[in-house]
Amino acid sequence: MSSIKNVLSDIVGQDYVSNNPEEVYLYSRDPGLMPAHKPDYVVMPQSAQEIQEIVRVADREKISIVPMGAGLALTGLVIPQKGGIVVDMKRMNKILDVNERARYVLVEGGTSQGLLKAYLEKNYPRLRHSLPDAPPTATIAANVMIHGQGRLAQQYGFNSDMISGLEVVLPSGEICKIGSCSISPDWFSKGPPLPDLSGLFLGWFGATGIITRLALKLYPRKKLRDVEIFITDRENLVPDIVYEITHTEMAEDILVFTQPLPMMFKDNHHVSFYITGDTDEELEFKRKMIWDALHGFIKSKDGGFMSIPPAMRPTLLEMPQKSASRLADVKRGGGFEYSGPIIVVERYPECWRKLVELAVKYDLAYSGMVRIIGRGHCMMFGFAFTFNRADPDMMERVRNALKEVSEFALETGGVFWKPTVEEQKMAFKKMDTNTMQLMKTIKNTLDPNGIMNPGNWEVN
Amino acid sequence: MGLTTQPSEFAADRSRSLFSDSLLDQEKGENMSALRFNEDLCKTCPTCDCLVKCQYMDFSVDEAREAMIRIYEGEDSFVLQDCVTCYGCEEYCRRGNHPFYLITEKRQEKGILTSPRAITRQWINIGEPLGKYRLGEIGKKVLSFGFMPEFLHLVKGKLFEDLMPSYIFGQEFFCNVVYIHFANTSIIKKRLPLVMDNFKELGVKEVVCMHDECYGSFTSLAPAYGIEVPFTPIHYFEFLYNRLKELEGEIRPLNIKVAYQRPCSSRLSSDKHHFVKDIMQLIGADLVEREYQDANALCCGDILGMIFGYDIRYDVQKRNLDDMIAHGAQYCVFNCPACQNTLADKVIKRGIKPIHMIDLCRMAIGEKPETES
Repeated sequence: MSSIKNVLSDIVGQDYVSNNPEEVYLYSRDPGLMPAHKPDYVVMPQSAQEIQEIVRVADREKISIVPMGAGLALTGLVIPQKGGIVVDMKRMNKILDVNERARYVLVEGGTSQGLLKAYLEKNYPRLRHSLPDAPPTATIAANVMIHGQGRLAQQYGFNSDMISGLEVVLPSGEICKIGSCSISPDWFSKGPPLPDLSGLFLGWFGATGIITRLALKLYPRKKLRDVEIFITDRENLVPDIVYEITHTEMAEDILVFTQPLPMMFKDNHHVSFYITGDTDEELEFKRKMIWDALHGFIKSKDGGFMSIPPAMRPTLLEMPQKSASRLADVKRGGGFEYSGPIIVVERYPECWRKLVELAVKYDLAYSGMVRIIGRGHCMMFGFAFTFNRADPDMMERVRNALKEVSEFALETGGVFWKPTVEEQKMAFKKMDTNTMQLMKTIKNTLDPNGIMNPGNWEVN
Repeated sequence: MGLTTQPSEFAADRSRSLFSDSLLDQEKGENMSALRFNEDLCKTCPTCDCLVKCQYMDFSVDEAREAMIRIYEGEDSFVLQDCVTCYGCEEYCRRGNHPFYLITEKRQEKGILTSPRAITRQWINIGEPLGKYRLGEIGKKVLSFGFMPEFLHLVKGKLFEDLMPSYIFGQEFFCNVVYIHFANTSIIKKRLPLVMDNFKELGVKEVVCMHDECYGSFTSLAPAYGIEVPFTPIHYFEFLYNRLKELEGEIRPLNIKVAYQRPCSSRLSSDKHHFVKDIMQLIGADLVEREYQDANALCCGDILGMIFGYDIRYDVQKRNLDDMIAHGAQYCVFNCPACQNTLADKVIKRGIKPIHMIDLCRMAIGEKPETES
């Protein structure tokens, strides 16, 4: 094994390879509840060529290889299930190009969300990307690899929908360009008008290749931004409220949250939406359009706009939102995990009732966190539970609750988001057989030796 | 110290009056202390100012009288749906009758919600005592911040040096009057006795109320509901005025033009409204004579948006701000922090500086206002 380390050292330099116990320990787990599993090596490459060489070594030696961003998915997606090499992408964090007029940015595969946000704010104040509510260290490539959602999800869909080109190291070691960049110097489209090959990689959790560069669409950043919260005590009305807001096409982001504490949030469902504008007039126009769209609910006393306390408004407007971090410490001990199936918005009432049922059954503190994706096309319903890491019993109760969420999500027509290995197996059981076979063919064709993030999207 | 959280029984004692010293030349009714509506007073009223002067609904004298009688007799009236709960009619009535409490009572009887259920529920939840109150160094005289955290920052400087840090804050001391906006007096009747028990436990003798609702609650609602008030309530305008008089030598006339945003809750303590002019005179601020002041004051709009939606809120706020601009106001002086939260950004965008009355007074004695620090 030491010869492998030497080979890896030759590729990336000895400072960027490790199999020291303390580092192996850290790379064997993520902040969630999944069991740890140690890698044999951790490497931090600096270029696509280095990754290419690492992959070739792994393929030749039949060693597993797990690409890793910040490791924040919580569902164990970068826990090396079969050991091998964890490829930590953090050194590949350069912003390579911004095409202001075509509104896209080209970045390396380890570039963080926070870096891009800061870069754009400083250099391109009229552009923004769809920032997820993850810690700023979360990487752009990992986020699209799990079909993450961000602040522009309601307007433009999943963050992976906003990709406009990929460069991928295939399991065989070739470097492959996907999209317009395959025949053009411009990275403006991930597929159309060509066959869209990005689906061979997006959503695969690195099981079909490692993203080394990617282009991401950027969108107008307006000068002003504000938030409103419409509340109702009837869960059945939430889909209708969302439908009316999305119909106006005036909102930026739409979130729904429900939680028992603090008391001002008890008993109600909170549909928060953001509006933006370059002028007060634009902002006010959008506000009025949405208020008017919801007027029927106000008139029937089924819902209304709450006053947002001044201290709360900056918190709501901050990006990324830190509310998840705060929730994580409700029970002290900093534990937090959620299952966030993607599901149609009309299933909100069932999801909410299940969340409360599980919280009661397992005696857990909870929060329901919803992000609307597309114009009400679907939502991510986050069944979030907080726990004390020093309390094994509470952690077990959370595991059991999340297991029930998984079963419920499938039964209710939902699709797992960033599923654990177990959830992937559950998904395969329910999946159309031909679809599963197609996935198997793709995986086996691209990765015949099964070295890429094994355990994930494996059809056995 | 263990403050009370469970309701206690209270007897009906209607010995004290509401608005007993109003600015307006009221003909006092015999039933003021009970907050009861006297039909005879209403039937013979020559002006029906309660509804005729309403800023949000239009009535002739006859229409107003008919509407009030219909309401009294338990019939339906659009007033029960359309009243914005500004409390103004209580002040407009020259005969000491209680039109607003009649409307509130009938709404409650008929189960007519003022605000959407979720908003009502949220406010009731917010006021729930949870043992998270804050106490300063309690003396015989205390400042009551009610449940408005803004006062934790606003109340400072020479004006309060004799009293601070003798203060109370939290739901345990929250007067709960806000629930009449929601036509829900039962929650007030349930919680107010607990609040009084908590004050009693503190052993305070005088309470400076930093909000009109608290003062109105302790001087009128509590007695009307038969709840003993174990201290003497002092309106903070009166406190400020007296302190400014003591510090008169330090006052530097502000020489600014100010508009005053009168809050709805000020109608519950209209006998203290004159202190606005008194204070302005003392500190050399020119209170502009605008259309929407004193009895004609307009709501900040927050509750209007909650109850009725965008248009009325926008219209009222626009008229109010246009009026301030038209009269050359440089500052908009707020009494209620909730009004300030609602309107501050809007007045800034119109070129007017928002400032709380406390900050204005501090500015007059050479201190830096909290909002500018």
